[in-house]
Amino acid sequence: MSLLDFLRQRPKNTANIARERLRIIVAQERVTRGGPDYLPLLRNELLEVIRKYVHVDTDAVQINLERSSEGEVLELSVALPEAGNAAATGG
Amino acid sequence: MTETIVITSGKGGVGKTTTSASLATGLAQRGHKTAVIDFDVGLRNLDLIMGCERRVVYDFVNVIQNEATLKQALIRDKRHDNLYVLAASQTRDKDALTEDGVGRVLDELKQEGFDYVVCDSPAGIEKGAHLAMYFSDRAVVVVNPEVSSVRDSDRILGLLSSKTRRAEKGEGPGKQHLLLTRYNPARVEAGEMMSVKDVEEILGIPVLGVIPESENVLAASNSGVPVIHDAESIAGQAYTDAVTRLVGEELPMRFLEAPKKGFFKRMFGT
Repeated sequence: MSLLDFLRQRPKNTANIARERLRIIVAQERVTRGGPDYLPLLRNELLEVIRKYVHVDTDAVQINLERSSEGEVLELSVALPEAGNAAATGG
Repeated sequence: MTETIVITSGKGGVGKTTTSASLATGLAQRGHKTAVIDFDVGLRNLDLIMGCERRVVYDFVNVIQNEATLKQALIRDKRHDNLYVLAASQTRDKDALTEDGVGRVLDELKQEGFDYVVCDSPAGIEKGAHLAMYFSDRAVVVVNPEVSSVRDSDRILGLLSSKTRRAEKGEGPGKQHLLLTRYNPARVEAGEMMSVKDVEEILGIPVLGVIPESENVLAASNSGVPVIHDAESIAGQAYTDAVTRLVGEELPMRFLEAPKKGFFKRMFGT
């Protein structure tokens, strides 16, 4: 590291941020790929319903389609906010 | 036996045409009879990168629509007798490419005894890109170590495993390779750019080559001479290495580390 670099504020390691963001989005997109076309729409509608009751992030709903010999399992997981941030919007 | 290789990426501007030109040239340099086809109808550019733009008389669409023979449309490279360019049409619209037509041209190239047919895909996932990959035996996915390019590459990998003739026939996807371009080792070391390993892990397919960012790439396209001809440049050498791996030889990756800085630069930076 050069003297000038040291005196300057070092930027954050953005390569790591890029890698982590890509891991998540690529995994998410691979799940819906090849699955029925309605999956992303289903996810969005579920998100809207949940948001009537709880404030959640747009990525709070994860959908997973597992295929096995016995059939397909649609797995839903919803990450709820921490207790302090949770508030019903009513509506 | 003819092998059809698609050069694709999803995202535009990552170096598909530069890569098509250099890989095709490299294969010809190794003695293989090679054709390189521009699938970007309406936005023809491979002819410029190959330096044959003033010799285009007939194009890919003319052949498909029986307005010219394949022999008339193939442009022989100035430097290599065994390398031919098939230009895209600049005036027609994208629908001029048909599955039947493309299949027929590729079959004819097989009968003509070509060893390799390199298909330079347009950006996107529309018809031209679909047809460029549809008949391929192998795919080279060109990717920049940058978020949008990596994500688009994953999308393309999904299409390669489902929307090709091989996949439809149940033969499984062909071989897939990643080719990283615009790689800047100094920025990787500074934590500003994802590394080869990062990209390889996210996309999960092996790396064929890493082309370092180099001013010689622009110089090569300025002059219409594929950068692989520039044996002095690290980009040219990296493409030569990639071709060697493409034909099945093993070779360690080069140019993954930043050149060491001298004392002055270490003290005062750039």
